[in-house]
Amino acid sequence: MSTTPSPVPSTREAVIIGGNRIPFSRAGKKYVRTSNQDMFTAALEGLVARFGLQGERLGEVAGGAVLKHSKNFNLIRESVLGSSLAPTTPAYDVQQACATGLEAAIAVTNKIKLGQIESAVAGGTDTVSDAPIVVSDRLRAALLDANHAKTTSAKIKALLQIRPKDLAPVSPSTGEPRTHLSMGEHQAITTAAWGITREAQDEIALASHQNLARAWEAGFFDDLVTPFKGLTRDDNLRADTSLEKLAKLRPVFGASLDAPATMTAGNSTPLTDGASTVLFSSREWAEERELPILAKFVDAETAAVDFVHGHEGLLMAPAAAVPRLLARNGLTLEDIDFFEIHEAFASTVLTTLAAWEDEEYCRTELGLDGAFGKVDRSRLNVNGSSLAAGHPFAATGGRIIATAAKLVSAKAKETGQPARALISVCAAGGLGAVALVESTDNAA
Amino acid sequence: MTDSYLNLANGTLKPVFKKLGLPQPAILRRYRPGGPLTVGPVLVVSDDASAADADAVAKTLAGWDVDVRRTPEAADGERFGAVVLVLTGAQTPDAISAPVLTVAGTLRRLAGNGRVVAISRAVADGDAPVLAATRGGVEGLVRSLGKELRGGSTANGIQLTGDAAVDSASALATLRFFLSAKSAYVDGQLLPVGPAESSGPVDWERPLAGKVGVVTGAARGIGAAIARTMARDGAKVVVIDVPPAGEALAAVANEIGGVALQLDITADDAADKILAASKPLGGLDVLVHNAGITRDKLLANMTADKWDPVIAVNLTAQLRINERLLAAGVEGLRIVSLASTTGLAGNRGQTNYGYTKAGVIANAAAGAPVLAAVGGTTNAVAPGWIETEMTAKVPALTRTVARRMPSLGQGGLPVDIAEAICFLASDPAAGINGQTLRVCGQHMVGK
Repeated sequence: MSTTPSPVPSTREAVIIGGNRIPFSRAGKKYVRTSNQDMFTAALEGLVARFGLQGERLGEVAGGAVLKHSKNFNLIRESVLGSSLAPTTPAYDVQQACATGLEAAIAVTNKIKLGQIESAVAGGTDTVSDAPIVVSDRLRAALLDANHAKTTSAKIKALLQIRPKDLAPVSPSTGEPRTHLSMGEHQAITTAAWGITREAQDEIALASHQNLARAWEAGFFDDLVTPFKGLTRDDNLRADTSLEKLAKLRPVFGASLDAPATMTAGNSTPLTDGASTVLFSSREWAEERELPILAKFVDAETAAVDFVHGHEGLLMAPAAAVPRLLARNGLTLEDIDFFEIHEAFASTVLTTLAAWEDEEYCRTELGLDGAFGKVDRSRLNVNGSSLAAGHPFAATGGRIIATAAKLVSAKAKETGQPARALISVCAAGGLGAVALVESTDNAA
Repeated sequence: MTDSYLNLANGTLKPVFKKLGLPQPAILRRYRPGGPLTVGPVLVVSDDASAADADAVAKTLAGWDVDVRRTPEAADGERFGAVVLVLTGAQTPDAISAPVLTVAGTLRRLAGNGRVVAISRAVADGDAPVLAATRGGVEGLVRSLGKELRGGSTANGIQLTGDAAVDSASALATLRFFLSAKSAYVDGQLLPVGPAESSGPVDWERPLAGKVGVVTGAARGIGAAIARTMARDGAKVVVIDVPPAGEALAAVANEIGGVALQLDITADDAADKILAASKPLGGLDVLVHNAGITRDKLLANMTADKWDPVIAVNLTAQLRINERLLAAGVEGLRIVSLASTTGLAGNRGQTNYGYTKAGVIANAAAGAPVLAAVGGTTNAVAPGWIETEMTAKVPALTRTVARRMPSLGQGGLPVDIAEAICFLASDPAAGINGQTLRVCGQHMVGK
C-alpha cells in the first residue's frame, strides 16, 4: 500500500560550505600501502586548511569505508584524532556500500537541520590497494579454538585441524553474497534487459573523460582537491581517449548472456583508492565565521530493490528514489540544472535514464501515471564522473556533493536564478541514495 | 643544506682555522621570543650637535630594559652588545671625528653577534654641499665597518628622511630591528626612515597581532618561513601556492592555524580570491609577494617559454593583484615584495629573473606614494644567498663560493628574510616606504 508522501517538514537549512578530497588513484598505483585512515586524514587535513578549522570543535564527523579492516572499528574518529581538528570533535563510522559517503551526508545534515549540531564533515574513503586480506573460515575457526583452549594439549589439538589448503588467503570481493555474482555481471543483465548498446556506453565514458579533463584544465578542482603523496590529479583520467580507443576494448562482463557483451574496462569504473570530505553547517555557523555558502543540502531519499529474485537490476534503486524525492519537493526533472548520476558503469546511467523514459516501467514499478521524464543530456555529469575520476567506493558521495554544490553556486551567480543539482548514487545490495542540492541567495 | 664549513669552523678545529687564517663565519644569533634584545650593554655615542637625539635614544633603550651606557669605559672583560652612533645633528665632517673614534675604541670590546647602528639624516634635495657630504659620508662608513666586523657582528644605518624625529615610532622600531637578533643576516645596510604617525604602544612580542597577512609561494622555503614568522608575530595568515603544491601548503596552514588557498597568482581573478580568503579572518592587512620562479638561460638562448612565465609569475601577477586590490578600496595595505640581489647586480643566465627583480624594486619605489595615499606602504626585501631547497640544487663549488662571499661568510636562512618582512609589515614601520632592504649578510655584489 502506498502512502501519499508527506511534504518536507520545515526545519532550518543545512548548507554546504565546501569540500576537499585527495586525487583519486587507480588501485595499485600511487596509494599502495596507504591506509584508509591515512587517506581520510589527508582529505580532512586539506579541508581544515582550506577553511581554517584548526582547533575547531565540529558538531561531528561522519564517514566510512566499504572495504574495511576490523582494526578500523573507529576509522573516522581515529582520523579526527590524527587531524588538526579539536580532539573534542565526535565522530562515527557509516557504511552503506557505495552510498556510504552520501548516506553520511544525509545523516549529518539531518542533525544540522534539527538543531542537534551546528557543523559537520561527511565523507568517505576506500582503498583496494590496502584492502583487508581474510584467512579462510577453517583457519579462522582453528585459531579461535586454540585461543579458547585452556590447556596446551587442547591448543595443539585445535591447531592440528589446520590443513595446508586452509592457509590460502581469501581475497576481498565485492560480489553479492546472495547471488554470488559480481556487480559487473549483475549490471550486464540489466544492460541487456534494457538493450543498451556498446556505442551508447562508450559515448558516456568518453564524455566523462572529456568533461573531467576540461574541468581540471579550467581549475574547477583547485579548491576541491588537495594533492596527496605527489599525486596532483586523478590518475585514471584519460584526456586523450576517443570512441575509437574505447571501441577496441574487449568486453569484460556479460559474456555468459545471450545478448552480446557490451561492458568493457573503458565503460566500467576501475578499482580506485581515494578519500573525500564535505563541510556542512547551519547558515548561522557559516555566517558567524564568514565562510562561503555554496549551496544548501535540501533533501534526500534512499531506496532498495529486490534484485535477489531477479525482479529488478542490482543498481536500479535510484530510479525509484529520484521520483519520490522530486515529488516530495514539488519538482520535476525539468527543474534540475545538473544531474550528477554516479557512473558505476556507463550502462547504469543509461538504464536509469531509460527506465524514467519508459511509460510501462514507470507505471508498474514506480507507481507513476506515466513516464517520469527525459533527462537533458547536456545537464548530465557536466564535469565528469566516476568513469573518468575513478570510484573509491565510499569516497564517491563526497566528490559528487562538493562538485554539485560548486556547480549550482556558479550557475546561480551567473543567471541570478536558483539552480538545482540532483545527486544519484547506486550501491551494492540493491541500494540507492539520492539527494537534492540547491543554490542559496548568497551563493558565494 | 648544511653548511659543513660553518660547522667545522665553529667546532673543535676552530683554533686551527684561526691559525691558518681561513675564513671564520660565526654562528649567528637568531631571535627567540622572550630573549634579551642585545647580547650585552648598549653604548650610545654622538657628536655634540646630536646630544639631544642621543639622549632620546638612550631613554628609549632604557625603557626596553637595555643596560644603556653613555661612556665607553667598561669593567674588565665586559663586552658591549651594541654601539649606537647618533650623528643626526652633524653639520660638517669634522664633527663626527670624535664620536667615530670613540666607537673605534670599543670595537675590540664588542661581543660576538654585536651591533653597530648609525643614526643619521639622509641627504635631501637642497642640502648645502658640505651638509650633503657630511650626511652622505655615513653610508661609506657603515658599509666599510660592516666588512671589518667579525664574530657575526653587523653594522647598519638608519637614515632619517623629511622631518622624522630620532624618537619617532618608525625610527625606534628600525633601531630595535637592527639591534635585535631579527636582523642577524642584515649587514652593511642603510635604511631610509620617514616620518610616520605613532600607532600607539607596540607589543614587541606580537607586533602583528590582529593583522591578517597573505603570503604567496608559501608551501615551502622562504614563503613557509614568512608564514610561520607572521603567525608567531600574532597575525592570521592566508598561505597561497599553486594547486600542485597543495599538500605542503595545507601542512603549513595547519601548523600555523592559517588558511590554505590553492591559487595560480597569474589568474585574472587572483586578487578577488585573495580578498575572499582573507575576509573571514578579518580583512587583508599585509600582502607578501613571495612567489617566484626561475628559468635560467643565457639571453642568446632565450625562448618565450623561458622568458614569459618568469615575467608573469614574478612581476606581472603582483602588479595586477596590487592594482585590483587598490581598485577594490583596500585601505592601509602593507605590501612587501621579494626582490633579489640579482635585481640589483644582475646575474649571468638570469636576464629574465633579473628583469623581474629589478622591476619589483622599481615598483616598490614608485608605488610608495600610491600606497601612502591609502595609509599603506610598499617595500621590497632583497635576499642574498639563502639556504633553501632551491639553492641546495646549485653546484657545490658555486654554493661554497657564494656562502663565503658576504661579510658574514655564510648563507642566510629563510627566517632571516621572514624577520625583515614582518618588521616592514608591522605598524611602527609605517615610515619605511618604497625601500628595498637587502638581507644578504653584506654580499659583495650590487649596491
